[in-house]
Amino acid sequence: MTETGNTQQASVNIRPPSPTKPVVWIRRNLFNNWFNSLLTLLALGMIYFIGRAVLEWVFTTADWRPVTDNPILYLVGQYPRDQLWRVGVSLLLVSFLTGMSWGKWRGIMRTFATLLAAGFVILAIIPVGGQMGSLTVRIFFLINLPAIFLGFLLGSRRFVTARWVLGGWLFSFVAIPFLLHGIGEGTVLPIVETTLWGGLMVTLILAVGGILLSFPLGVLLALGRQSSLPVIKGFSIVFIEGIRGVPLITILFMSSIILALFLPPELRIDRLVRALIGMTIFSAAYTAENVRGGLQAVPDGQIEAAKAVGLNKFQTTLLIVLPQALRAVIPAIVGQFISLFKDTTLVIIVAIVELLNIGKSILQSDVTYLQLQLEVYIFIAAVFWILSFFMSFASRRLETVLGVGER
Amino acid sequence: MRKILLPLAGLMILAVLLAACGSPSGVETVEVVVTEIVEVEVPTEGEVQVVNAPGYGEILARVQERGRVVCAGRTDLLGFGYLDADGGNIGFDIDLCRAVAAAVLGDPDAIEIVPVTAAERGPVIQTGEVDLLSRNVTWTSSRDAQWGNFTITMFYDGQGYMVRGDSGIESQDDMDGASVCVTSGTTTEKNLAADFRERGLDFEAVIFEDTASVYNAFFEGRCDVTTSDRSQLAAVQAGADNPDDYVILPMIISKEPLTPVVPHGDDQWFDIVKLVMYALINAENPAYGPITQATVDDVLASENIKGRTVLGAEGDWGYSAVGLDADALANALRAVGNYGEVYNRYMGPDGIAFTLPRGLNIHWTEGGLIYAPPIK
Amino acid sequence: MSSSNLPSKSQGSEGIIPIWRDERALTAAAQVISAILMLGGLIWVGVNLLEAAELRGLSLGFDFINEPSGFPISESVIPYDDSYPFGTAFLVGLLNTLKVSIIGIFLATILGTIVGLARLSTNWIVNKIALVYIEIHRNIPLLVLLFVWYFAIFNKLPPTKEGLELPGPIYLNQRGLFLSWPRLTETGEGFAISLLVGLILAIIAWITLRRLRERSGRSTYFAGVSFAIILVSIVLGLALSAWQPLWIDVPVFEGFNFTGGLRLTPEFAALLVGLAMYTAAFIAEVVRAGIQAVDLGQMEAAKAVGLKPMQTLGLVIIPQAMRIIIPPLISQFLNLTKNTSLALAIGYADLFFVGRTMINQAGRAVPIFGMIMVTYLIISLIMSFVMNAYNRKIQISEKSV
Repeated sequence: MTETGNTQQASVNIRPPSPTKPVVWIRRNLFNNWFNSLLTLLALGMIYFIGRAVLEWVFTTADWRPVTDNPILYLVGQYPRDQLWRVGVSLLLVSFLTGMSWGKWRGIMRTFATLLAAGFVILAIIPVGGQMGSLTVRIFFLINLPAIFLGFLLGSRRFVTARWVLGGWLFSFVAIPFLLHGIGEGTVLPIVETTLWGGLMVTLILAVGGILLSFPLGVLLALGRQSSLPVIKGFSIVFIEGIRGVPLITILFMSSIILALFLPPELRIDRLVRALIGMTIFSAAYTAENVRGGLQAVPDGQIEAAKAVGLNKFQTTLLIVLPQALRAVIPAIVGQFISLFKDTTLVIIVAIVELLNIGKSILQSDVTYLQLQLEVYIFIAAVFWILSFFMSFASRRLETVLGVGER
Repeated sequence: MRKILLPLAGLMILAVLLAACGSPSGVETVEVVVTEIVEVEVPTEGEVQVVNAPGYGEILARVQERGRVVCAGRTDLLGFGYLDADGGNIGFDIDLCRAVAAAVLGDPDAIEIVPVTAAERGPVIQTGEVDLLSRNVTWTSSRDAQWGNFTITMFYDGQGYMVRGDSGIESQDDMDGASVCVTSGTTTEKNLAADFRERGLDFEAVIFEDTASVYNAFFEGRCDVTTSDRSQLAAVQAGADNPDDYVILPMIISKEPLTPVVPHGDDQWFDIVKLVMYALINAENPAYGPITQATVDDVLASENIKGRTVLGAEGDWGYSAVGLDADALANALRAVGNYGEVYNRYMGPDGIAFTLPRGLNIHWTEGGLIYAPPIK
Repeated sequence: MSSSNLPSKSQGSEGIIPIWRDERALTAAAQVISAILMLGGLIWVGVNLLEAAELRGLSLGFDFINEPSGFPISESVIPYDDSYPFGTAFLVGLLNTLKVSIIGIFLATILGTIVGLARLSTNWIVNKIALVYIEIHRNIPLLVLLFVWYFAIFNKLPPTKEGLELPGPIYLNQRGLFLSWPRLTETGEGFAISLLVGLILAIIAWITLRRLRERSGRSTYFAGVSFAIILVSIVLGLALSAWQPLWIDVPVFEGFNFTGGLRLTPEFAALLVGLAMYTAAFIAEVVRAGIQAVDLGQMEAAKAVGLKPMQTLGLVIIPQAMRIIIPPLISQFLNLTKNTSLALAIGYADLFFVGRTMINQAGRAVPIFGMIMVTYLIISLIMSFVMNAYNRKIQISEKSV
């Protein structure tokens, strides 16, 4: 750490100051010139004042009652409380399948499983009231942890192939809406109308449903755009560019209200499904563009080789081109899922009660909540932030695991 | 095969799907017929139920098969349509729906309330998605032509203004240059603009899409005046933190006859709903008993011919023609009581929502406008 | 492999390859079939629409455009009240959208560039603050952000009488921001025209003289000439307007509100601030990626030649980074314009909000909805066109070097 300033002894003991010493680091990174020093001081001052004001507000002046009084509303909305076991079963199913995926594929799945488990632990221990604070619900959240672990154990077994796990997920995507909706009166699964569904549950259904349903549609559109048939190509281009050129709100509005006029009069669609259709159409156009990028990234040599081996066009596309294209495109798809997840807030326009809308309803339900908008909306913003941040985190991990961009 | 196969396959699947979803039916356009609604399950279920385009009798059949009456209503307006502590739907408009359910299905709880925004009121009854629109809807000629069949006015309301007590405003002239909060897409905002323009006054419009934000802004002080049907203003005032700080001005700038609506095209259902409403109104008439929720059986046992006719014990009040049971109206009355009881339950002196003098809504026998044809 | 299907040298290919495997025939057939299916689909949709319209008594015409709208709009750039026709109402909505978009784009770009550059700073604190800003705005949905800005912040400002008063005078309160604003007097039009002409001439002079200098090497004092032109136009303008071109419009409290001056409603302000800050986070990432994409060697070479950091940035880095920045930047501009449609949640009268009100008041859902969609499409097509044109221009100039 000695620094000789005298060049006469220049050959002796010239070592740069060790970068790990805090004082040196500060000097180098924060104060290396007068401009930076000024900035640092200003920034520090700003952080202190803003940070102190925020912390003071969060812990003293803020009235968190709309959040803590009945937090289960944020999760499931107006879902009948005596039927909540169905939501519980759905959650357990998802936990179990996540564990199984972890067991089967390790790697990136471990991140997902850990995040999920951490989420449940947090939900189980936060100090809130209402039904969510009850012992049953807390224990339920904790039960999901062994469910994940059980799934892991099962997934690691040799006889459980990837097909089982994928089949399990497919089954759950069909079974969960069915379970939540029910069959009919007098059975063990009375119908719970989608007008009663609300909160984070609806947000997730819209986001997951939207991305899943838009995927095949997007791939078809991308393929159509590359087709040499002018009619199909034209239609695909018009569809994609048209949807991308208008705001999502107009698409939701169209699917909710205008679409009813284009279909035969006998066909009526549930309101949540209409919103889902809108999100699907919107997402499909963007997916199509992503997949198109992936399709273009597949080297021509692959197609030529396939031709040489004797595969026809259909087989080439299905077996050679699409797998490579989609692999390159998965990070973009995940990114789009995160966008879609955030865009679900827009369904407030068509009176669907998702997470943001339930916050609004809660504010209106009690007259003493009138001044508490900041608390509720900051809370919702925080929930979105946490979920979105961790999804991005997992997505970045996914990119590293897939080795995308490193070839 | 070639490059055509994949897109061709896709198109074929699309075509099959489109074909499977039903075809346009031949529709008679002699009278304006309305569309059918079918509750299609979330995409997990299989085929879509296809029902023929409705006409006379279809809605009743559909309601009976479904086992409940679907009403479009509100869940956020105190007094008319709101939620109780357990999340159940209550209110004046809700009770009208329950009366219809009681008459048609025998069970007042066999209802499903679909909350709709002001913007969706028209489309939702036009398409027949709901059986009854009981949501504070003003009867106007254009709406009668476009939206559906308006039954009978159950609440004579008028548009008025609400201001802060300490603002010193007493008439529109005091409001020149004021900020006024109002909901978009309603007759309210049109009447407001017309009123100010006729008087040559200026105002700053603060317009929101959802009513809750409108009153929120008013209470926050974003605007000086808010305007709506006076019953709604009363509900909002009662729900405020400090109701005495606000004043509803006495003037009425527009007639607002609030009327339940049914879809166009099914006269039977139209008659059924009207009959239920007539029953509620006539039951309050002393000449019919009066019939209250508690005294239905007493009137049945009494010698009052008018009362017994309504309750189905004598003669035919029309039930055979509309496909109901004789005691349908009796069930309705047992479920919600007569008009006065429904009104007082929510807005009477002991009302659970707030207190609003009946004003024009007094029974005609006492000089008000609530009047119905005789049931016999 | 059977060789019987291969055409022999003396025969053509017809008659050897059966028609159902002939690629040309199949392609033609596929085109015809797909065209029929597409057309059939469109007809089916069209028929349903017409049937539905007839069934429900909906009208599909545009005749309502000239009828009085009957509803008020909260703010408008052009004169409007409820007696104006629906067409004017639609125009008001469009102008409101454009107003918020243009100003928003401007603010977002400035803010985004600053944050993007901060993200590249060697100062650790500044770098991390920029990171926090970006992460916050990228992970929270825009609508939630707008709700926070409007309902929780702008609505909570003190009421009119207790508002903030800044020198100007400038008033900030719950009803908005009221600024003293210069306006043209009656004679002031001459001043405005003169100034405008002067500006145009100055820009032309700047560009031509500068190019002349680059080509010939002679100094042409382009800066001086341009400034001189502007100066002359100002003096001329003042003379034309009798030395009184502007007067200051001061907001005055009358009755319930301030009148006069320039007014920004809280709805407009919340939308503008929310949109600008949200889009700035994405623009910051674009700027950062663009600058980082410029080869490090460029910076080193600039340093070796002796350019100072600011000069490096301005003359070497940014021009090269622009090529990479511009396309995603324009895409962000487009997103901002489309995101203005969220205005209806906070009460700002943008195109979509006005359109929806029109649908309710006029009852013509399909034609009005078509108008809304087409308008948004036109706006985004224009922006994409600009981007493509700029892209092409950049590419060509690079190749010519």
